[in-house]
Parts: sequence; C-alpha cells; structure tokens
Amino acid sequence: MTTAAPPLPPLSRGRVKLLAHWEDRLAQGLLLASCAVLVVFLLAPLAMILVKSTEDKSGAFVGLQLFREYLQNAALRDSAFNTLWVALVVTAVTVPLAFTFAYALTRSCIPWKGGFRLIALTPILSPSMLAAISFIQWFGNQGALKSWLFGNTVYGPIGIIISAVYAIFPHALMIVLTSLLLADGRLYEAAESLGTPRLRKFFTITLPGARYGLVSAAMVVFSYTVSDFGIPKVIGGNFSVLAIDIFKQVIGQQNFNRGAVVSLVLLLPVLLAFIVDWWMQGRQQSQFSARAVPYAPKPSRGFDLAMLAFCIVVSVFILAVLGMAIYTSFIKLWPYDLSFSLRHYIFGLVDGGVIDSYFNSLKMALLTAAIGTTLVFGTAYLLEKTRGMRTMRAFIRLLATIPMAVPGMVLGLGYIFFFNHPDNPLHFLYGGMLILAASTIVHYYTSSHLTAVTALKALDNEFEAVSASLKVPFYKTFFRVTVPVCLPAILDIARYLFINAMVTISAVVFLYSPDTKVASIAIINLDEAGEIGPAAAMSTLIVATSAMMCLLYAGATRWLLGTTQIWRKPPAPT
Amino acid sequence: MTAPAISSDEPYLKLSGITKRFGKFTALSGIALAVEQSQLMIFLGPSGCGKTTLLRIIAGLETQDEGTIVQGARDISRLPAMQRDYGIVFQSYALFPNLTIFANVAYGLVNRRKGQDAIKRRVAELLKLIGLPDAGPKYPGQLSGGQQQRIALARALATSPGLLLLDEPLSALDALERLRLRGEIRALQQRLGVTTVMVTHDQEEALSMADVVVVMNQGRIEQVGTPQQIYRDPASAFVADFVGKVNVLSAVAEGAGRFRVGSLVLHGGIGMEAVAPGTRVKLYLRPEDVLVDGAVQSNRNAASGRVTKVEFLGAFCLVTVTLVGAEDQPLVVNLSRHSSDEMNLVEGTALQIGLPPDCLRLL
Repeated sequence: MTTAAPPLPPLSRGRVKLLAHWEDRLAQGLLLASCAVLVVFLLAPLAMILVKSTEDKSGAFVGLQLFREYLQNAALRDSAFNTLWVALVVTAVTVPLAFTFAYALTRSCIPWKGGFRLIALTPILSPSMLAAISFIQWFGNQGALKSWLFGNTVYGPIGIIISAVYAIFPHALMIVLTSLLLADGRLYEAAESLGTPRLRKFFTITLPGARYGLVSAAMVVFSYTVSDFGIPKVIGGNFSVLAIDIFKQVIGQQNFNRGAVVSLVLLLPVLLAFIVDWWMQGRQQSQFSARAVPYAPKPSRGFDLAMLAFCIVVSVFILAVLGMAIYTSFIKLWPYDLSFSLRHYIFGLVDGGVIDSYFNSLKMALLTAAIGTTLVFGTAYLLEKTRGMRTMRAFIRLLATIPMAVPGMVLGLGYIFFFNHPDNPLHFLYGGMLILAASTIVHYYTSSHLTAVTALKALDNEFEAVSASLKVPFYKTFFRVTVPVCLPAILDIARYLFINAMVTISAVVFLYSPDTKVASIAIINLDEAGEIGPAAAMSTLIVATSAMMCLLYAGATRWLLGTTQIWRKPPAPT
Repeated sequence: MTAPAISSDEPYLKLSGITKRFGKFTALSGIALAVEQSQLMIFLGPSGCGKTTLLRIIAGLETQDEGTIVQGARDISRLPAMQRDYGIVFQSYALFPNLTIFANVAYGLVNRRKGQDAIKRRVAELLKLIGLPDAGPKYPGQLSGGQQQRIALARALATSPGLLLLDEPLSALDALERLRLRGEIRALQQRLGVTTVMVTHDQEEALSMADVVVVMNQGRIEQVGTPQQIYRDPASAFVADFVGKVNVLSAVAEGAGRFRVGSLVLHGGIGMEAVAPGTRVKLYLRPEDVLVDGAVQSNRNAASGRVTKVEFLGAFCLVTVTLVGAEDQPLVVNLSRHSSDEMNLVEGTALQIGLPPDCLRLL
C-alpha cells in the first residue's frame, strides 16, 4: 500500500492561498494601523532630520555643506569632545559601582538587601535635574560641602559627572543585577568541590556570566549621559555639550538646520552604543538552563562586612542627594535661613501659577500610560499571536527597537520638523498635549515593547489555534485570556511609561506650548530664574507622584494576585 | 481547484497532492491520503518528517503550497481555520490558565449562543465522559498533566466536531499516565465514532491505538496500513527499522532464493527467488522471529552460535548471539524471561539458532 510520491508539479503554478476570514483582515488592518502610527511618529520625524540637515535656511539643498561648517566650528567640535569624555568617565565610574552593589546584593550575606535595593532604585523616580539641583546645594557657590572640591567648581564637568552617575545608577544596577541573578549555583558548587579560591571563582564564573550584562549596562549609561539635557542645563555652567548645543541652536538662534546637524552628531555615538549592545546580545547564549539551581551565598565575615560598608556608603550618597532636594524645598532660604517653610510650594508654585505645569505633567503621564500601554501591548500581541504579512511584521519589529537608539532631543527636533510643517494634516497636534504624550510613548517604546513580548512569549502558542478551532474570534480570546494572564506585565508597562512621562525632559523641551508646559520644563525655567527653592519643590512633587504610582502599582499587583489571579496560586503554569 | 464529485462511499477526509516548502526545505511532497469515517489514523515518524506540518495543514494553521483537502464532501483547501470543522488537542494542553475547567470546556459552546442550561448540561456530560465529573470549578494549574489533557480533549469535543485532531497528545505526560490515557482516548474515540487524525513519534502508541498507521519520513509517506501490516510487512527499510527492532544482515544473492551471509547460506521465503545471483542485498529479521535450540529442528536455516550479551528487560530478554560463519554480524534475539531462564543463558553459552525463511524480508 505504499503511496509513491508523484513527481512535483512545476512551481510556477502558484501557491495555494487561504481565503481570508474577516477576522484575519481585522487583525491585519490593526497591525497596519500600528505600523502607520510608528512610521508617522518615529520614522517620518527622523527622516525629516536627515532632510533638514542637508538644507539651508531657505530650504535649498546644500548637501553636506552644513556638516563641513560644523567640523570647521571649533566651539561645536569642543562640545562633541566634551560630551564624549564626560560620558566615558560616567560609564567608567557607574558600571563598577553598579556591579559591586549588585555583587553585594547577590553574592554576600549582608542584611537589609531589600532596603538597599529600594534606596538604590529611588533615582528613577526623579527628573535628572533633581540631582543637579541637589549637588548645587551641596557643592555649589554656597554649598554645604564646597570645600570638598578643593577650589574646583561644581558648575561644569564635575557636577555633570556626579549628577549623571546618580541619575543613571539604578538603570545600570538593574541590568547588572539581572545578569548576576541568572547564575547557576551548581557551577559554584562544582568549583567549590575542586577547591577553587574566591578570587578565581570570581574571574572564571561570575565575571564571564555577567559579561553581557556589563556591556549592556555600559552602553545604557553611555547613551543616557550623551543624550541627557537636564543635568548640563542646570549644573553645566559654561561647559558645552551636544545636547545643550542643539537646544541653543534651535531655541536660542532658531537655526533649525544646524540643530539637525548637531542632533545627527549626537545620534552617532548613541547609535554606535546601541549597535554594540545589539551585537553582543546576539552572541549571548543562554547560560542559565531550566534546571539551573539559584546561587545561595555563604556567610564570610570579612567579605560581608566590606560589602555592607560599600552598600551603606552608596545608600547614604543616594539619600543625601534626594534628601537635599527635598530639604531645600522645605526651608526658607539656603544657606541663610534654614527654618521650615512651605513658601516654595505656596508662593513659588501655587501663587505663581507654576503649579499648572505639574497638573499638565500628571495629565500627560496619564495619557502616555493609557495610550502607550494600549499601543505597545496591542502591537506586541498582533505581532506575536496573529498571522500573515511577514515582511511587515519584521519591519514593525525593527521599528520597535529603533527608539532605544534615538536620544530624546533628536526625536523632539524631528517632531518639530515633521508636525510643524504647515502641509502636514497632523499639524493640529502641534502645541497640544497629545504630541507630548506621543513623543514620550515613542521615546520609551523599546523597553515597554520588550516587556510585552516577553510576557506574550510565556503564553502557550496554541491559544489562538484552539480558539479558531472553537470558532471563537481572536479578540474574544485576547480579552478573556491574553489580557488577564498578562495583566502584571501590562501594569508594569503602564507604570514605566507613567514615571518616565513625569520625569522626561529631552523630547518635550522642543514640543511644549504655554498651555502644555510640563513640570520638568518648569524646573528648568525656575532654575534659570534662580528660583532654586521652587525648582526643588517641583522636583519633590514629581518624586512624590512617581513614588505614589509605584505604591499604587505594588498595591494593585498584590490585589490582583489575590483576586483575579488566583489561578496562579497552584504550581505556577509555565 | 474544484471538489471532485462525491459519492456515498467517499472517504470522510481526503488529501491529495499536499506539498509544503519552507524556503528551500521541502517539508511535505505530494501527500495523498484518505481517512474513512470514524477511523483513527495516526501519522508516525521521526521528528522533522512533516507529520505535524501535515496535521496543521488539515487544521488550516499552516497553508499547503499545493494540493487539496476535502472534508465531508466540502473542499476546505482554502478555508481559514475558523471555517473548518474540527477540534484539536495539543501536546502542551493549551488550556486557558485563568479560566476554570468549566469555562475552558464551555469556551466554544458559549460562542454558539446556546442557553446557559444547555451549556451546563453539555459540560457536565463531557466531564463525566472523561472521568472528571467534579473538576468544573478547579483551575488547570490544580490538575495533573493527564487530567489537563483529558480536559483539553473534552474542550475539543464539546462542539461535536466532525474531525478530531490530536498533535502528540501524550508526549508531555509521564510513562504511567501516557499508558492509561492512550487506552482512554482510543475507547472514547470508538465510542463517539469521531473521525480522528493523530500525530506521534511513538511507534508503540501508533500500533496500539490506530486503525490505520501512516509512516512518514522526510516529507513523504513510506507506508500506509493497519498496525499489523506495518509491523509484519514493512514496505521499506525505513519502516522496518523505525517500527519495532530489526536485525539487518548484509548478504549476497546466490540465486534460487538462496543468500550467503558470511559463510552461511540462508534460504529466503516465497517471492525472494527472483533476485539475480551476485546482487548485494540486506535481509531483515525481527528479533522475536529468531528460533532458539528446541524450536530450531525443523528449520531450513539453522546455525550455531554463542551468546555474547544478555540484556534483561523484565518480561523478556534481548540476547545478542554471534553466529558461526558470520561472526561480524551479531544477531539480536528476543526471548521471554521464561525461555531464557530455562536455557540458563549467560555470556558464552553455545546454542542453536534458526532463521525462519518466511520471516526474512528483503527490502
């Protein structure tokens, strides 16, 4: 009864194509819409920068003329150099600090690990300007510890470097921590049984295991420092960096074309860091098999004490920065009148109407979280769980990774070019709240996207096939199964977008209008006017709001796990 | 592509010329099959042979590049999964973790706008059918793998589909549950009379459950037949090797149905006379077909040998024997525990071996 295979018919006969169900059309239509959103709000603005960088003020094409001018301008060249060396120093300082901190949390038996971790993560809650303000109070002209700088001024590279280290520390810590947590305890047990000394274990097991995490952390720190605008604006003094140059060219001199050129120069190192990271991640092989045993550290008195001392020092440093900003907001006049007062909040913010910008921030953050979470999770779902249109899927995946490589100021400038163009039908967005939310969503798209994809990949791949066989439309299964199961990840994305929307400055600095001025812009303005008390008060408000959101998130997650997620209680389904 | 005219004795599911390529790799080439009403057909083959792809094409989860599928007189070749009529069970169960067992089983019923009472009755009936009448309010995570797979089966059967598709349904289970569930699935399938296509790489599963086994290899069908046919009359060397254990002897034909192995001359069975003398061939012989000692007397192909290894496997033993005259081609013999005990076989024991001509296969 063997069925001999007949000779294959010629390929040219054309492939069988399934008739499209209206559901497939719906899914594909939605995916197309996602793609269009990313093209309009990410790709088109970036393309406009390329266009503008090759035009003169009148709009005539001048090729690379502006780039040549840039290279001949010594002042601009200096800021490129300044930006690079400052970012390198920040990277060289932050990554070892973060690694040691993470090492203490994962490889030692120190007490209060949870507390240290929590303190180390607090800088995430504040706008980067908070660190700068705080360091001015500590080391500025009237700083409490001015003498510690031995006559050097904090306004300049020193201030930028320490502020950036503070602001970026938690981001580096989280990346390194993850890579250290993924260690396989059995490797250490095997090394132990062979009588391997601690130092050798460190260099043969720990460091190779954390290698990719370290590179990734270094690239994130470098990119952040290169792109940040808030810190050099507040504490940079006359020290010029690229982010400030763009701001000066665009806002100060209204020279948009040169701004485009500088922003491309800024884009270059960030893009390079992104490519290095992406290349390294591609080489990474999973060292953590499903059967790996988590590492459990053993007490070792001398080592533990040293680690404890380190963690205490770092935590005190972090609390001193945050504490000084909060303290400044509650006293009358540093350093002359240190009595408690709410005047910065009442006279500085409420009476001056500056407080409106806080409510704008709140509105913008809520919009960002609501629209962003829907867009990010919906797109990730359509990408991972529906079928058809392969090329477009690959294209959208690429689009989703690009924002990681684009500094906020570059994106913001692109938005000006694209949305402020009188012929753009979306011109009406310009000057509104939505464009601020859109730029923030796009700016923080990549991380959110990765969170969503990770959560979706953990779901059984056949849910959609099962629903189709049961004639249940995919969107019903999306709402009944996918969303409830992914709810923790969805809330995580919402929180991430909310907090970043509260603290972001770089993209919005080009896009706000008098009606939509947000809190971070207000801080810059107050600082420029020498109103450091109200600036600190506004920063404190942002920190308090972000912290509230985190508490709310923790509460909501706990409540959800207790009510709608009871099914997770038994041996967790994978 | 139009559906052929259907007469009453047409098979329930008919595949013709199914071809699927992934880039340059041909996953399936020109598959033609017919599944009769109420039959259980099993696709058997090693991983990567295309069996799962074929099942997914029947389900509309993959699309064939060429070929047609007719199910119950309807050409479904181009229909999307939503418009086909089947229930499906996956290796991973794919139960919705956040829904109760009741909601899982009722998942497809709710959409058909049946009354709440009707749904409740149907779910209760199904849960009873699979032997888990009280599972309704539980969550999938609270059940064992075998229980979860039973629920997945109930969910697939809830809407009374014309075709049941099972994609390696037992592969994720532990050995005991696998044995139990395999009997249960077969009994249920026969009781409901639902036409079923199942995919497995486990030959024992295929032989014990199927009405018809389809052995597949590298995107092609090697053989289609009942379990007995497949085992007794393998159509190719691949089938003989993949289904059950088999001894392979290199031989040279000597004409008149005789074959030389080393310095031994063996007689072939009926139909093996035609091989031209001098041709190099391979002879296939199942380990349990080899005769030992007392049973050898009447056999034309007798040889003496010596035991080189005894592998104890509980109910039976696999005994490796080196034949005098063909020392380089050791033979594996399957003996029941009783006979091996009786003969007191240990390494070095000398014994008589018979290779029955009718059991020798030339492939």
